[in-house]
Amino acid sequence: MSEDLRALVRRIQPGMTLALPVDYAGVSMAITGPLIRHGAGDLHLVCVPTGGLQVDQLIGAGLVRSVETSAVSLGEAGGAPRFNDAIKRGNIRVLDATCPAIHAGLMAAQKGVPFMPTRGLIGSDILSNRADWQVIQNPFATGDSIAVIPAIRPDIAIFHAPMADRDGNVWIGRRRELAAMAYAATQTLVTVERIVDHSLLADETTAAGTLPALYVEAIAKAPRGAWPYGLWGEYATDTDELIRYAAAARTAEGFAAYMEQEVRA
Amino acid sequence: MTVLPREILICTIARLLQDVRHVAVGASSPMPAAGAMLRRALDEGQRKVRLSILGSVEHNFFTNGSAELFDSAGQGRLDAFFLGGGQIDGMANVNLVGVGTYPQMSVRWPGSFGSAYLYFTVPRVILFREEHSPRVFVEKVDFISAPGISTPETYRPGGPVALLTSKALFSFDSQRPGFRLESVHPGHDLQEILDATGFQFDHDDIPPTTPGPDAATLSLLRDRVLNELSETYPAFAAQWRRDLAEAIPDGASA
Repeated sequence: MSEDLRALVRRIQPGMTLALPVDYAGVSMAITGPLIRHGAGDLHLVCVPTGGLQVDQLIGAGLVRSVETSAVSLGEAGGAPRFNDAIKRGNIRVLDATCPAIHAGLMAAQKGVPFMPTRGLIGSDILSNRADWQVIQNPFATGDSIAVIPAIRPDIAIFHAPMADRDGNVWIGRRRELAAMAYAATQTLVTVERIVDHSLLADETTAAGTLPALYVEAIAKAPRGAWPYGLWGEYATDTDELIRYAAAARTAEGFAAYMEQEVRA
Repeated sequence: MTVLPREILICTIARLLQDVRHVAVGASSPMPAAGAMLRRALDEGQRKVRLSILGSVEHNFFTNGSAELFDSAGQGRLDAFFLGGGQIDGMANVNLVGVGTYPQMSVRWPGSFGSAYLYFTVPRVILFREEHSPRVFVEKVDFISAPGISTPETYRPGGPVALLTSKALFSFDSQRPGFRLESVHPGHDLQEILDATGFQFDHDDIPPTTPGPDAATLSLLRDRVLNELSETYPAFAAQWRRDLAEAIPDGASA
């Protein structure tokens, strides 16, 4: 394991809330092995706004107490086997959500306000199972009910991006949900394909898509760090590998064997 | 003229998308994507049809992360969307969460994704589920990811307008409320639809047959749309080409 990655995961304490990005936005798969080896459990995961392989592996490794998510799946490779199994056994608590509600919760944290209203939801079993969400009357109109989502403030946000500079600025392009996660979280840990010598803020073209170092706690270099997921503008998803994992992880034993062999600690 | 069953579905989708400006489809939805691409090709020169494919790098013109699609729907800029469902009931309630008693369900599906929002905000939601069986089309869903209808006080510019399956096309009336069988696809009949559907629906004694495409539409579909589609859904497009070669051995398109 790289020393940098080891330093990153040491910040994660048992019981913390981690925010993790959707499959295609830049998942730091490179940190998954070190995180499992580090062993801080009882985690609450917030999927922004859905989860996949990383979430399934953390659940399979027994580190997860609860997950707030709009979905967990392996996409083309099918259902998430360890997630599904943990639900069937009652081993994890799922706070089912819908994508824009998670974005709303993060937006509230970004603004430093206690909640954010969102349309939809009323009459769904998602809402009726969320004691932490409420429906209020629009104070500016009559007869208009609207759902309100409390601010989501993760302890740590983790993602993977193409590059960072020596000052700790991270280029996220148009994947603005990565910025939303970082604004909302207390700390943000980032793995990158490469570290560049020039300042990302010096050129207006890259500055527009840059998450400033203000929000970034620590960075580690991890080439191909999203694999088997792809990274936008860099490399494509390795669907065959996801299918291989999905088949292996159908049983707890198969999962353990896969992780032993494939996930670098 | 030989027309494959999936070509009937794609042409029906294109028909349901008449007059849209912006349509979004889910990440692994090749048929809705093909229907939207056909609509775009048919309308070329008259109107611009924008297509967003969730999770696609190529068919994504957004620059504000994954929240922007939902924001654009909230602003009224998204006209049509497709929704599937592990279970769909006669009130057009959609269940994407699982079978059994929530939360410790006997079968768990991925989850509700954006359904509980887009079903309310997108004016033309097309329910698309190929498997037409009593386990999918149930009397009452086990979990409501997104409700088919709302009380009058609920803000709801959007909702379901149609349900398309491998066997038939239904419309949905939110006032009555309920589904009505609009047409039965070639090779299927009313009794088969009744047997395969777990909820009540209105129908004519002799329902019409879902129309197939005219020769010009079919050739546009097999030429331009199939080529466009193979960039995003290569496996689906390759299978379609193989099925065409088998159905029309001499290579003629009609």
